[in-house]
Amino acid sequence: MPDAPAPEVAPEEPPSTAGAAVPTEDDLKAMEDMLDSDSDDEFTSSMPQKEEEEKEAPAPARFTDPDVMRAFYARLFPYRHLFQWLNHSPVPSDDFAHREFAFTLPNDIYVRYQSFPTADLFRKQCISMIPSRFEIGPVYSSNPRDRKTLRKASLFRPVSKELVFDIDLTDYDPIRTCCTGANICPKCWTWMTNAIRVLDAALRDDFGFRHVLWVYSGRRGVHAWVCDARARCLDDTRRKAIAGALELLRGGEKKLTLKRPLHPHLERSLRLLREPFSTDILLGQDPWADDTRAASLLDALPDAGLREALRKKWAAAPGRSSASKWADIDAVAKTGGSSTLDTGALLEAKLGIILEYTYPRLDAEVSKKLNHLLKSPFVVHPGTGRVCVPIDPRRVEEFDPFGVPTVTGLLNEIEAWDAECGQEEKEGEKRVQDWEKTSLKPYVEYFRGFIAGLLKDEKRPREEGEGMATDF
Amino acid sequence: MLRSEHSRIDPKRRTVLDPKKRQFAQPLYKDQEYNFRLNLYTVPPTAEITLEEFEEWAIARLKILSELETCAFRNRNGEETLAYMTPLLDKNLPLHANRTNSSELQAERKKDHYSHFILRLAFSSTEDLRRRFSRLETALFRLRWRTDNVVERQEFTNSLDFNWEMVDDKEKVEMADELRVMTELAGRKAEDGWFKVEWERVPELVEQRKVLIKRGVAYVPVREQMSLVVTEFTKRLDIALEQTARALPRLDEDDRLSPILAHLSQSFTAPDATYDTSSTPSSLHPTANNIDQLAGHFPLCMSNLHTTLRQTGHLKHFGRLQYTLFLKGMGLSLEDCIAFWRRSFRGMTDDKFNKEYKYNIRHAYGEVGGDANRRGRGYSPYSCQKLLTEALPSVGQTHGCPYRSFTADNLVALLQNTGVRDGEVLNGVREDLARQRYHVACNRIFEHTHKKEIKRVKDDGLWGPAELDTILHPNTYFKRSFMLKHLDAEKEAAKAEG
Repeated sequence: MPDAPAPEVAPEEPPSTAGAAVPTEDDLKAMEDMLDSDSDDEFTSSMPQKEEEEKEAPAPARFTDPDVMRAFYARLFPYRHLFQWLNHSPVPSDDFAHREFAFTLPNDIYVRYQSFPTADLFRKQCISMIPSRFEIGPVYSSNPRDRKTLRKASLFRPVSKELVFDIDLTDYDPIRTCCTGANICPKCWTWMTNAIRVLDAALRDDFGFRHVLWVYSGRRGVHAWVCDARARCLDDTRRKAIAGALELLRGGEKKLTLKRPLHPHLERSLRLLREPFSTDILLGQDPWADDTRAASLLDALPDAGLREALRKKWAAAPGRSSASKWADIDAVAKTGGSSTLDTGALLEAKLGIILEYTYPRLDAEVSKKLNHLLKSPFVVHPGTGRVCVPIDPRRVEEFDPFGVPTVTGLLNEIEAWDAECGQEEKEGEKRVQDWEKTSLKPYVEYFRGFIAGLLKDEKRPREEGEGMATDF
Repeated sequence: MLRSEHSRIDPKRRTVLDPKKRQFAQPLYKDQEYNFRLNLYTVPPTAEITLEEFEEWAIARLKILSELETCAFRNRNGEETLAYMTPLLDKNLPLHANRTNSSELQAERKKDHYSHFILRLAFSSTEDLRRRFSRLETALFRLRWRTDNVVERQEFTNSLDFNWEMVDDKEKVEMADELRVMTELAGRKAEDGWFKVEWERVPELVEQRKVLIKRGVAYVPVREQMSLVVTEFTKRLDIALEQTARALPRLDEDDRLSPILAHLSQSFTAPDATYDTSSTPSSLHPTANNIDQLAGHFPLCMSNLHTTLRQTGHLKHFGRLQYTLFLKGMGLSLEDCIAFWRRSFRGMTDDKFNKEYKYNIRHAYGEVGGDANRRGRGYSPYSCQKLLTEALPSVGQTHGCPYRSFTADNLVALLQNTGVRDGEVLNGVREDLARQRYHVACNRIFEHTHKKEIKRVKDDGLWGPAELDTILHPNTYFKRSFMLKHLDAEKEAAKAEG
């Protein structure tokens, strides 16, 4: 029963928690304005930049309609699962109570440092404030709501958070031919599919993480939440190390320089990406169809003689497809278009090009900081109305971003279900949850399975895991 | 990382709390066995030593550390440092390897151990001292690590309670392909061996994709062990120094140790690159009137003070002190110096000058003040090291080293004002600043502005390499600059004398 208060998780409300009293929206805003106006920039958030981009595409009014959103928060949002996911144990603990939530209210006011002792109180505030979205931050050393009352500022510091990754299709714009900006189509979504495959393999096989939750970000990207205890307690240096190890085009550099032999991680990535390169990229994107783009391909190749031979060949046959052009490189090289050609360098350049066009482009800054906030799973994307649902990495190719349930669709599904089976329901012993009546069901069930796996690992070596944490 | 067993007090070493027992008990000391040449200095010494030993050993180590600092300061590379330090180490703080079977082994190691802890006491008081001490101790450790016998070094690392595990032959075979790739990636033919640690222990190597990671375990080549041990050494020392600093006020002792400790830390801060004021060029006759002409030979730190003084007619206290001492080092007499300052402070009454400023100038020259000050003829001119380690100037202050206190852009603008426009040189300066090699930047400018003259003295064989060594003192800068620009006059003077 996700949105009903679970009896065992209803402890007495700590008197200090402002949210426990469920203040009205205006009260809260006034209070937050009073308390926060000066220091909300203490910790970074990805919010501002994102917000601006969202505004470019005006959203249909009905997603953001307060009644729709209220119904969503009242009937559909899986609070209890979210609670269990973040709490790591059935009994409310500091892992949840000291966790920061940041709400974006419908009038674009951004409220940080919200925290909740239980899932039920969290639900109450969501229903009363109807945030258009909310983000999840780190667990702090003390309750985020009490941060101003602490004697020493140093007592309030972020302690742990899932290791997160953010991949966004806008970062592929230099090599994307089908769409630009916030728009996506099935053609460019394949990048996300491949990104999930590559990163999931690296996180699991290399770093040994077991609980990686992939979430559709609602429009044009995906988020990853690595939830292992070992990942949650990483400090900034180590987060930066992982991000650096997984990032290929560092800090927006243009060209790839690869050292051979390839690092095993890159070698494996290449294995995963070779096939998508010939299908999704060469055929799907056709990235070097026009001359300016073809020139960028030539630039990446070594040896002036080879470049010149190719340039002539392509100029003679305009409209040659990228796949043919790609094949031309080897053909021309073989026929001896140039006497000075270094085949090793050519191979390296080609591998570099494959990776440049297929390897996941991380927004690495998100991963590097312990206190970076990231949009929560299952919230509604304010621009598209789609719910940010988890993606099963084992069946990533089946995921279709255009088939993701939207908030209005879900509410209609509930109504349809109630109209059809409403009678039977009263006879049954157990009330059917609203999300079970909708197409959100498989996603919530996947999430539940994910949490079960996580909790099983948490329960067993809780001490061990923490011992490891202090060991570093 | 390291198991925390050593933080547990050995029952033998635990404080006896019963006062009666305490009063009459024989002191229980656990004599330490030094099995290895290298030491992470985790356990403090407990046995008794004489006061003389206390001071002697500390001074010996101090000597080593300050020489190490000089090496770093003179930009010596690893090999040069090693060559320079080896005789010094053999003389002051020898440490022999186990295989030498020297009878002095334990005594040497004891001295090393005790001196380290004595200096810890002396250098824990301020953040600045702690940082320096930890940097130099790390350098010393690294030096010893490199000179240690390979087998013994391995035994030492094995004795440390690090949770690392060597990759055995069976696993090596299983992972052969990947390990080979990593070896080739590092540009090597073969590795001596591999060990496994949690990847969190080697974040830098992970970030640069220099290690193989499998299921959260990093396969690190043995040659990287040094950086791991050294990192651990520094980390522990930093923590220990902080703790020492906190415990220092409660140091339970009579007044025998504190003067020694105070003296030690003082001599550590004293500049080691001193300038001999007696050897001024014969054609140099500084007076209150010709400072403006001589200012062309000043290093940036002093010319900056001079221009500020000319522009504003005033300098703040530390600026005055730094400048006065520099002028004194140049050979400017006290009378001229007072006259110089009097004229420079435009719009100030004689009365105010005499009351508020004159005394400080005389004090710097050792005319007034305590006995020590007068006997030492005042303070010695500040060296680059002194300028570089002092607190940064705040708003309105102009003392210190501009290479350190200015931002790169402002500094380059300042240099361009002084006539340095060569883009390559300025870029070099920027790089030096980024690597915090301020004195290198200053020397770069010197070499640039005296290119012609340096070439000449080199070609003519007038000056040996010792006379063209890295400049470490503003007065050296001035003197060398002056002499280079007055080569002919110098020659004639020499002739006249000869």
